[in-house]
Amino acid sequence: MKKDYEDIPGTFVFDADRSREGYHLNQFCITLRLQKNRDAFNANEEAYLDGFPMTPEQREAVLKRQWNRLLELGGNVYYTSKLAANDGINFQNLAGLMTGMGVESYREMMLNGGRSIEGNRYKSEWGEE
Amino acid sequence: MARITAGVGVSHVPAIGVAMDTGITDQPYWQPVFKGFEFSRKWMAEKKPDVVFLVYNDHCTAFDASCIPTFALGAAATFTPADEGYGPRPVPVVKNHQKMASHIAQSLILDEFDLTIMNEMEVDHGLTVPLSVMYGDKKPEDDWGVLVIPLAVNVVQYPAPTGNRCYNLGKAIRRAVESFPEDLNVVIFGTGGMSHQLQYKRAGLINPEFDTMFLDKLTSDPVGLSKMPHVDYLREAGSEGVEMVMWHVMRGALDDDVVEVHRHYHVPASNTAVGHIILENKNA
Repeated sequence: MKKDYEDIPGTFVFDADRSREGYHLNQFCITLRLQKNRDAFNANEEAYLDGFPMTPEQREAVLKRQWNRLLELGGNVYYTSKLAANDGINFQNLAGLMTGMGVESYREMMLNGGRSIEGNRYKSEWGEE
Repeated sequence: MARITAGVGVSHVPAIGVAMDTGITDQPYWQPVFKGFEFSRKWMAEKKPDVVFLVYNDHCTAFDASCIPTFALGAAATFTPADEGYGPRPVPVVKNHQKMASHIAQSLILDEFDLTIMNEMEVDHGLTVPLSVMYGDKKPEDDWGVLVIPLAVNVVQYPAPTGNRCYNLGKAIRRAVESFPEDLNVVIFGTGGMSHQLQYKRAGLINPEFDTMFLDKLTSDPVGLSKMPHVDYLREAGSEGVEMVMWHVMRGALDDDVVEVHRHYHVPASNTAVGHIILENKNA
């Protein structure tokens, strides 16, 4: 199926291909919405992750909290935000980390009206193919 | 008979719920967000709907990746606020009009909208934040003061249902409501949006021109608006801006001619443009 959204810069559209790739990663993340699971994960991350058949790359990205890498490997932000929430990172700060701007400058950008659509519609505007 | 008298469009930004739950709504950051709902709370108190039909999306809370229904209607007696990773919101349990929900489910399926029926479901901020902004502060032991029929729409895994499908579902919901014999005043909520992107390097995208166009066309050209392809939302309103398709369900359930009685728009709440509109049927 043609993906007419692949030319949007800095964006992963969570489609069926990404969902399939990220399934076990996302299913791990969603378990962290419950306190008992957060407790078990925080007590021993490696052992907890053994319960989920994710790829070694996904596992490494979880352990290293590589937020963008998690998305590149099929994660969806509504799932990965559960891992962030476990770490005390709220949605705005998670977004700040993913943009590479850092939390403070991201917050400042949002206070000033957010990221403009101008220059941010197409990958070509970002010098990407 | 039951009838739908008005529609409400409203963002459901989780941080708005957190601001209410932690009592910081009068801080300079939040004050303008909540100012825009003062009218709405009075309007709700005057309108006093018996039932709110609430179209929202779950954010990987009640639904994990194992099962992704496009449209899921809540038929349980009650819906408990869910723990989304930072503890459940301290707000009342949501009570359903269970008999009406079952009637609507049957009517919609026979009207060829093949719903999933949820006899057990927790609800996340997508449902409780719209209730909070429209009804004000409520403690867990309080009552929302209204019965709520939830309809969860998949907008997380692409593709969400099309705007056109949502608009036509709204029409079918209206037929279902109007064939329910009890004399009930129903207000329909479409929630989510407006422009926002929560992920990856383009996070923080806000497009007020798009949002204003969307709010305008809800009254002036709802059918044309409902034909907008997904890629336009994704590109122009951000990857999470596609939530706005849920507003078409609300719009489809109203008369062709509506009156806009209230509008509120503010940037930012956390990562998001907050949009809110109240539309009344002309002959309500």
